[in-house]
Amino acid sequence: MDLWFSEQHTKNVKLSIRVDKQLCSRESEFQRIDVFDSPEFGRFLVLDGYMMLTEKDEFIYHEMITHVPMAVHPHVRDVLVIGGGDGGACRELIRYGEIEHIDLVDIDEEVTKVCRKYLPFTACGLDDPRVHVHFEDGLKFIRTKSDAYDLIIVDSTDPFGPGEGLFTREFYGNCYKALRDDGIMVNQHESPFYPEDALACQRAHKRIVESFPVSRVYQAHIPTYPSGHWLFGFASKKYHPLKNLDEKRWNARGIKCRYYTTTLHKGAFYIPAYVEELLSDVEHAD
Amino acid sequence: MAEEKKELSQKNAPIYEALQEMHRMRLVPFDVPGHKRGRGNPELTALLGEKCMNLDVNSMKCLDNLCHPVSVIRDAETLAAEAFGAAHAFLMVGGTTSAVQSMILSVVGRGDEIILPRNVHRSVMGALVLCGALPVYVDPDCDDDLGISLGMSRGAVEAAIKAHPNAKAVLVNNPTYYGICSDIKAIADTAHKAGMLCLADEAHGTHFYFGAGLPVSAMAADADMAAVSMHKSGGSLTQSSLLLVGSRVEAGYVRQVINLTQTTSASYLLLSSLDISRRNLALRGREAFAKVVDMADYARGEINDIGDYYAYGRELINGDSVFDFDVTKLAVNTLKVGLAGIEVYSLLRDEYDIQIEFGDLGNILAYLSIGDRVRDLERLIGALAEVRRRFGRGSSAKLMKQEYIEPNVALSPQEAFYADSVSLPLEETSGMVCAEFVMCYPPGIPVLAPGERITPRVLEYIRYAKEKGCQMTGPEDPDITRLNVIK
Repeated sequence: MDLWFSEQHTKNVKLSIRVDKQLCSRESEFQRIDVFDSPEFGRFLVLDGYMMLTEKDEFIYHEMITHVPMAVHPHVRDVLVIGGGDGGACRELIRYGEIEHIDLVDIDEEVTKVCRKYLPFTACGLDDPRVHVHFEDGLKFIRTKSDAYDLIIVDSTDPFGPGEGLFTREFYGNCYKALRDDGIMVNQHESPFYPEDALACQRAHKRIVESFPVSRVYQAHIPTYPSGHWLFGFASKKYHPLKNLDEKRWNARGIKCRYYTTTLHKGAFYIPAYVEELLSDVEHAD
Repeated sequence: MAEEKKELSQKNAPIYEALQEMHRMRLVPFDVPGHKRGRGNPELTALLGEKCMNLDVNSMKCLDNLCHPVSVIRDAETLAAEAFGAAHAFLMVGGTTSAVQSMILSVVGRGDEIILPRNVHRSVMGALVLCGALPVYVDPDCDDDLGISLGMSRGAVEAAIKAHPNAKAVLVNNPTYYGICSDIKAIADTAHKAGMLCLADEAHGTHFYFGAGLPVSAMAADADMAAVSMHKSGGSLTQSSLLLVGSRVEAGYVRQVINLTQTTSASYLLLSSLDISRRNLALRGREAFAKVVDMADYARGEINDIGDYYAYGRELINGDSVFDFDVTKLAVNTLKVGLAGIEVYSLLRDEYDIQIEFGDLGNILAYLSIGDRVRDLERLIGALAEVRRRFGRGSSAKLMKQEYIEPNVALSPQEAFYADSVSLPLEETSGMVCAEFVMCYPPGIPVLAPGERITPRVLEYIRYAKEKGCQMTGPEDPDITRLNVIK
């Protein structure tokens, strides 16, 4: 049997992964959800045909979206995760004893149900008593929040489909309002490489720059995402991602990671020239 | 050749079915349009798609002819009439403007009077220029807090009828752009008793024919004609529309009037969109509009919770000039946020990539329809909250309200439109008779119409609306620094 999962990264490029078997396929109110087992990447989750995470490389994404802000902010107590119904981001966050409360808001309860059943390696993050899961529109949830969080993690899908609202000016503005005076927002920021992704990346950056006084971008290498080169946004009201990085304090925690180190933290903010250029193009627009 | 007569039901879409049949016949086109199923215009075909170009065909034997329908178009009109509870329905391809104008041209001629609210759409004024009828304006009440004009009160219509017993018809907006309904049933009744017809501009009321718990439709209220914008809440393509006729009006004569100005090359894209939309509304309209009502109610609640915004609803109903309210209309007053509606409109578009229907001096209107999704509403609500947080100036901001300015009709619109005129700087026109239209757009209601005397108050309003960024249209001079007045 020759069974492959293919995702189009552009009209002319696709990534194919040999599939051993399909474990689940269902249609939620918002999207199609599929889970496969593969020899190379282990178990993987697909939403509307787009690869969301694989057992093999999800650690990169989830470590980078959580530990970077956690190594900067000195006292995170309340966290909001928007999207991230798979539980991976929460799994990393609950490693911090000082976090008291995590709200996870995902629009699609079906995704979480599927993850609990088939992806226990990420869904385990949802079982901690500090994690409070809300199934509703992130934009709606945050609208009424004010001065309530130290950290907001926007763990969204792509800026089309159900995740569209999480790439908008109104959403980032609402995040700003929901954060405390020294709050940080980190978001999944798309890839700078293929033109269409780069455009989404620029649009998101422009809107974040307009909404936050500090806005920087950092990168990671994620093999199963288009081009493998992925960006995250670091936006904050006060802290600088490098100047306020407290390496000693973070390393003293003894949290063991497979991708993140405080040395890598510093390197991740040194981005390629072409990426710097495409970001600065929108920073100074109009 | 005797053709078997098919039983028609609302499940049919005769024009659509005929187009499919035509496509299967693989006709060789030696007729217009010259793009010949798109082959002659590959760039346009790339933009619109082959399917669309294949449907862009001319009237032919199997597709009937809109000017003189005898087969599938007649069947589609019969089904539309049945679905809307009318004696006859005309498919229209020149927009609801053409439906409104044909409606008026069918009932009044030169020198005839027609009673209408001042907040009529510009298409009505255009019809008066064409036919030479005289407008008798009824002052629509105004809500001073919201700065919007309301419906006509029964008393005001009765007074106008009494003062102008020879008028031929009364025109009613059912509803206004903002969703306000007059007591159309009582007005139709009063008009009929006085020997007049009742016409309805239902550009914003298609859904009244299908939704539950919505205001009464013109046909159900026993009005005699109604111009219905299927392309607004009905879901058909832009520029397609319906003209409905009741039993007191001779349909054959209306067809003659329509044919005076309507194209002889009606677009089958538009016609089939009317046909399919009618079928959809007849079969699924009730549940579809129930969802729209739910979404609008939800959005009103959330927007009112933001603070300072006022998304109004049925609480405006006062039994007369607001006899009913169309709850699918999401109109929001912005004055207490300290921003003009037009400013919020621009901020939503420029800062948040959200395009709403219009903003006037004190209000915005977001148009909800059968195509909306709750998650898009969340964006609108979130953006409104952000607009208030970032740009709100508090309720102390001084904004002029939209006021009713009593028109002073000196000449018929037709006489004025064709009279010798001269262009004068705006500030020198006080006291003169205007020869052209001045609209504040949106929502496209006349500030001045041809034949009306220009007063200092009108001039002040024009200056202010320009300053607030409303688009003023109509005059020959696009910047409205000058006006054409009658010599």
